[in-house]
Amino acid sequence: MTTTRRPRLNIGAVRSSFAPWTDPALEPLVRFEGVTKRFGAETAVNDVSLSIYESEFFALLGPSGCGKTTLMRLLAGFETPDAGRITLAGQDLAGMPPHQRPVNMMFQSYALFPHLSVEQNIAFGLKQQGMPKGQIADRVVEMLELVRLGGLARRKPHQLSGGQRQRVALARAIAPNPKMLLLDEPLAALDKKLREETQFELIALQQRLGMTFLIVTHDQEEAMVTADRIAVMREGQIVQIGRPAEVYETPNSRYVADFIGDVNLFEGAVTAADGKVVKMATADCPAGFEALEDDAVSVGSTAWLGVRPEKIQLHLDPPKEGPNRLAGKVADYGYLGDWTTYVVELESGRTVRAARANASRLVARPIACDDAVWLTFAPDAAVVLTR
Amino acid sequence: MSARPRSGLAAVAPFLWLGVFFLFPFFLVAKLSLSDTALAMPPYAPRVDWSAGFEGVRAFFAALDFETYARLTSDSLYIAAYLSSLKFAAVATSLLLIIGYPIAYGMSRFPPAQRQALLMAVILPFWTSFLIRVYAWIAVLKPQGLLNAALAQVGLGPLNILNTDTAVYIGLVYAYLPFMVLPLYAVLEKQDQSQLEAAADLGCTPSQAFWRVTFPLSLPGVAAGALLCFIPMVGEFVIPDLLGGSGTLMLGKTIWTEFFSNRDWPAASAVAIVLLATLVIPILLYQRQQQKMIEAAQ
Repeated sequence: MTTTRRPRLNIGAVRSSFAPWTDPALEPLVRFEGVTKRFGAETAVNDVSLSIYESEFFALLGPSGCGKTTLMRLLAGFETPDAGRITLAGQDLAGMPPHQRPVNMMFQSYALFPHLSVEQNIAFGLKQQGMPKGQIADRVVEMLELVRLGGLARRKPHQLSGGQRQRVALARAIAPNPKMLLLDEPLAALDKKLREETQFELIALQQRLGMTFLIVTHDQEEAMVTADRIAVMREGQIVQIGRPAEVYETPNSRYVADFIGDVNLFEGAVTAADGKVVKMATADCPAGFEALEDDAVSVGSTAWLGVRPEKIQLHLDPPKEGPNRLAGKVADYGYLGDWTTYVVELESGRTVRAARANASRLVARPIACDDAVWLTFAPDAAVVLTR
Repeated sequence: MSARPRSGLAAVAPFLWLGVFFLFPFFLVAKLSLSDTALAMPPYAPRVDWSAGFEGVRAFFAALDFETYARLTSDSLYIAAYLSSLKFAAVATSLLLIIGYPIAYGMSRFPPAQRQALLMAVILPFWTSFLIRVYAWIAVLKPQGLLNAALAQVGLGPLNILNTDTAVYIGLVYAYLPFMVLPLYAVLEKQDQSQLEAAADLGCTPSQAFWRVTFPLSLPGVAAGALLCFIPMVGEFVIPDLLGGSGTLMLGKTIWTEFFSNRDWPAASAVAIVLLATLVIPILLYQRQQQKMIEAAQ
């Protein structure tokens, strides 16, 4: 694979200017309205409403069986909703068979046609659209260049590597220029390194084409890296929609906090809430916990404090007494190269995970098992969760 | 190798089998086809005079000739039987494809639990003797048979099918249908459903998806089924003998007539050898097809 100069990517903060969902006047490209789908006694998709906007890179994220793939298949037309409505560019899709829908899907298994060559696979949809032969040939060449498969036009799928097949599947789905590209676990079959590279290629591709992408994935990192917005799903319902950073930093439930990244959850009783700061009583810290109050919580109720491991500071000398201070000893640690994760056992017996970036080279370990350590975190590093 | 002494025998066994049950009879028949008829028991000459030693063997080989083959090419009856056999096999194979494909396709589209039952239904007739099943067709097709009785009920008929070529086709299609359906079913059943969804996604109606994806992908099954039926049908004897008429010309019948009626063992052997020679090409094609399917499966 030759290294081509990558176009500058607008990811994360740079793309924060792109927020069509904040404009109430804008008509979304796709609208799910109260969509429900049952398979026998099981409800795969339960009353889901969702809007996806033109040129957006949208991710449906959740564990297997949460209904994310079914939601996508409802849009492609492979499943029929039991209730609710799906519209695409203002048009109701009810009763429209898959072959008439202006969306294309990239299948998890790729579903390449084994009897056709790479170029015939890519031309498949174009032929079906009735495009003239000369134009098909041009478009196929264009697509092959887009996914960097120039020399492989005449190969059959079984003569390709996994990564090459993935790109053929991508090119085949993009070729007919759909209003929206659906990607069902597009990177699941690739190994880790290739998967990371391909994530950035997908972003570059999406921005170059200006096409709307809907990706289904169980891999939170994949969703975080690629998507403008993420919908986290659980048992057929969407539990939170937001930008990757919003979903990570301010999860709205223990489920989301735990599903996206690592989190330490502390249960406690709310003792004070003044609209800015929440105070919680806990057995692990005599001075209690303090955290920012993002959503209103009522005094006396039970709440959970979520703290990410990388937001916890680890001290070898006791810091001064105060809130958000935990004492314990190192029970275990895992050296990951870039990070080291410490499992600290508190006096109460529960364990807390704290992560430290290995900013300097590891020569001698300053911290070992059974060392007494103290953990602290800032009030704005923690998030109060009520459900 | 010495750690696994059985592997030696396992490697030789197929060749031993082939040698005893194929090559040895084949050479016997080949030798017979080069002999001449004789009024003797068995009715051919030359025979090796073992008492004359090496001289006897040499005399035996000197007496072998291709005269019988020359007779086959000069007698239009043999050529006609030969062409007629190929025609019967070709037409029956086409009919089998037309009938067998929809059956196999339908079976492969049932839920897996019901497919087993359908598969059983295809195989079940094998539990009855082949000969009895062909005799049953006589009972159905004969002038006062079940078919004409049924037709008479609705004021039609009678049809005179038994002892015609039509009866032979009915018999061939009936007897060989499982050999067509099973290989077709094997490829159709394996088809990845997501490929059909991909075709639909890319703009194909269900029938377009069939012709652009399902059918081309089933061609190995079509080839396997066609060859599996065509090869044995060319030499078929029982069906044309029992259901066909006196005018039905097929090589199997010719061989039988030469052997048992005319007691012309060399001619019967020569016809059998020519039949085998013609079938070598489709047999090799079939072998290659099987090899490809095995490789594709890997």
